Amino acid sequence: MSALSRRSFLSSSTGAVAATGLLTAMPAWARGAVSGTVARKGSDVLSGEHLTMSVADTLFTTGSRRGPGVAVNGTIPGPLVRLKEGQNLVVDLVNNSAHGTSIHWHGLLVPFLMDGVPGVSMAAVEPGETYRYEFPIRQSGTYWWHAHTLQEPLGHYGPLIIDPIEPEPHQYDRDYVVMLSDWSEMSPHEIMKKLKVADGYFNYNQTTWTDDYDMSGEDRRMWARMRMMPTDISDVSGATYTFLVNGHGPEDGLEYLFRPGERVRLRFINGSAMTYFNVRIPGTAMTVIQADGQNVQPVETDEFQIGVAETYDVIVEPTALAHAIVAESTDRSGMGVAMLTSRPGAKAPIPALRKPPLLTMADMGMGGMDHSAHGGGDSMGGEMSGGAAMAGGAMKMRDTSRLPETVKVGPGLDMVAANPVDRMDYPGLGLEDVGHRVLDYSQLVSHKPHAEVRQPTRLKTLHLTGNMHRYMWSFDGEKFSAVTEPIRFAYNERVRVKLVNDTMMAHPIHLHGHFFELVNGTAPDRQPKKHTLTVQPGSSAQFDLTADERGDWAFHCHLFYHMHNGMFQVVTVRPLAGGGAK
Amino acid sequence: MIRAFFLLGTALAVGTPAMAQEQPHAAHTMPAPQSPQEQPAHDMSSMDAEETASHDADKDSAQSGEMSAMDHAAMGHGSPAMDAMIPETAPPPQAFENPGFAADAFVGADVMAASRAEVIGEIRGPKVFWVQGDRLEYRARQGEDGYLFDLQGYYGGDLNKFWFKAEGEGAFGEEIESAEVQALYSRAIAPFFDVQLGAKQDLTGPERTHLAVGIQGLVPYEFEVDAAAFVSTKGDLTARIEGELDQRITQRLILQPRAEFSLAAQDIPELGVGAGFDSVELGVRLRYEFAREFAPYVGVDQEWKLGDSADFARLAGEDPSVTNYVVGIRFWF
Repeated sequence: MSALSRRSFLSSSTGAVAATGLLTAMPAWARGAVSGTVARKGSDVLSGEHLTMSVADTLFTTGSRRGPGVAVNGTIPGPLVRLKEGQNLVVDLVNNSAHGTSIHWHGLLVPFLMDGVPGVSMAAVEPGETYRYEFPIRQSGTYWWHAHTLQEPLGHYGPLIIDPIEPEPHQYDRDYVVMLSDWSEMSPHEIMKKLKVADGYFNYNQTTWTDDYDMSGEDRRMWARMRMMPTDISDVSGATYTFLVNGHGPEDGLEYLFRPGERVRLRFINGSAMTYFNVRIPGTAMTVIQADGQNVQPVETDEFQIGVAETYDVIVEPTALAHAIVAESTDRSGMGVAMLTSRPGAKAPIPALRKPPLLTMADMGMGGMDHSAHGGGDSMGGEMSGGAAMAGGAMKMRDTSRLPETVKVGPGLDMVAANPVDRMDYPGLGLEDVGHRVLDYSQLVSHKPHAEVRQPTRLKTLHLTGNMHRYMWSFDGEKFSAVTEPIRFAYNERVRVKLVNDTMMAHPIHLHGHFFELVNGTAPDRQPKKHTLTVQPGSSAQFDLTADERGDWAFHCHLFYHMHNGMFQVVTVRPLAGGGAK
Repeated sequence: MIRAFFLLGTALAVGTPAMAQEQPHAAHTMPAPQSPQEQPAHDMSSMDAEETASHDADKDSAQSGEMSAMDHAAMGHGSPAMDAMIPETAPPPQAFENPGFAADAFVGADVMAASRAEVIGEIRGPKVFWVQGDRLEYRARQGEDGYLFDLQGYYGGDLNKFWFKAEGEGAFGEEIESAEVQALYSRAIAPFFDVQLGAKQDLTGPERTHLAVGIQGLVPYEFEVDAAAFVSTKGDLTARIEGELDQRITQRLILQPRAEFSLAAQDIPELGVGAGFDSVELGVRLRYEFAREFAPYVGVDQEWKLGDSADFARLAGEDPSVTNYVVGIRFWF
């Protein structure tokens, strides 16, 4: 308790906390007392070949909110694990908490037994137990780690940076982690129950008689007829979430210092449970140099949408006294904020939340039926009119005859995308018409050509399915709890995987233990490698995969409550021989 | 003052100017940002073609085989047209080697089986216990003011639930006029509908027991509908249809029109029920959601007894038409 009041005092006295250099000595008084009850905000750095990471139940406070947390080594986020490509790593995971735990190394190429997924590659590490991870570091880049249990949304996550053996392709003067996350006073079980029993529980941007959404009465009736909400963008919103930057809420005044003229590398990691962010730094352009830990050809942009579990590294050259780093949730219910500032305490204005967007025809799986969905511009009204025109006629929201036999049709499937189009060139909902440049997947080009350019020999189609009303989520219509057969690949097989999103939500799909290459229109040897791919609502997306990591791997939607309500599968790469625990 | 308490290092940083200088790569200059490479245009019409083509490929594996033999490179890998060339076939035999779960041999089959069971249990979903007081209200009207309660709830998973309902009303200072409870097995049969089967017990009057069969769910335009038929142990057949619609005026102020129709296949004089439409109740309630779980409301509710039921009411000295001005709370947990 004394620790809490001390921290409150410090926070309110300063109104600012600074992001400083990795190697800067940190006086103990400045860190805040390590407490068994309240997690500190922000990470310490762990480097070396043998690390210890201890999990404990804590409290967490941000703004006026206070609730349960899970801290690793006393902080939320947990420690920044900073490694060197080519080193070996041993991590002792010590569970001092009251529940089972694990660490999944998100984006790392590891033997499957080291992947940290209870039920797939290990058993949960029980309270009081210590589990040893041991594997070589075979890559470089920006990644993260997190529990693959209910502890993840409570704070059990942290950044993971691997410095390359080869020199970095870009020059920069400062190097910062910007880890975005969402935290609620409610426990994950409470959130899950609210989502199950009450449609739109967390959504306070719904259409009403008095809203100022640009929708005709006809359009509104069409949505009501479908029993869907055009504002159904984030299942869990700022109504309960505080959006954090390195554990700091908007009121904490987190600062990233720079000197004018410096080039600053910002490593954005979306460690949220449920929140997509639109990231921008008003007043300065961002040059994207890495996505999901893999270098890409530099792309200059003004804003990007970052899906849950994705990472983007950017370089900025700030010119003003201070710039706001703004991470606005896609449903515009809140934002994470930090200051990029050349003088401690100097602040740039924080832009107001923009007007919440509405889902479009394309998000209903009718993209090809309305060209304006691709056109950008303020075409919402037009799109919706198109939808309404169809409402009386041919439009069918759940024409199950369009589904292949592999998809199980039942109460858990409330929509079939009638015409799911590829939207690699889509910047993300609400960013079609923001008046500046916005990154999209089609702009990502691998920095170096890949050695692997074999043509895929087969296509594997998977449907992302769900029922928003019942809060059931699945692949091919079957929750993981009903699945009896994994998704199978032969070792070294080259497969094109096509994901068809038969829901009105964006799903960040993550394959463990591999990188896949987005089929995004670029040359085959330059398709960007990713570990997590957003499949836009009502759309399709494809990736090419060389299944060269043997074993069983989790494959799931990284929206925490989607995964936990069924959108989870196991990918297996066989035979195991020659590499069970390679 | 501010400087003195400056909290250092609570944010993350992975480098400093000093550090950068130690690293050789700091000397490298970054190539000028390039514009994205040329992209094949995303053409809607070819997208449509892609969909059609891949469907055809699914259905005609012989054709797919032929396609896969074609020169892929010449077709322009990555283009939408290319997708149709990749056959959707079963995984090769190697993908089925080493049957069983990969981790079992290393971690122990028993340990992994228990872990899997736990994870699958979590994903199947914990059983949810939900109770809703849809209407708990004071009814001001001519004569003695009254009260009404209308509760429902369930315990269960996504598809199978135990559902209960309880409803009753009366006038203050008198014995309760009517009360009933239902216990139902509820099964999801469609995205928005459950069928329900169970028993209804009347707690007043002749205290009859009924078999109850119903359907509950959300119809287009977001009406919540609960329709049920009841067969009593005396063989009487009755039915009830309820519909509610939430109209959001603001994010928290919600107008809820409600209708309830009761029907009977025969006269049941001891219950005051006449064959045909027994009664109709129309109401409108305006609630304010301080929280989603807690919303006080005011409203008006009009009840009519119809046909023979109206006659029965008149014979009993009651008005077959009653207007209630209601104030109550809606809650759930």
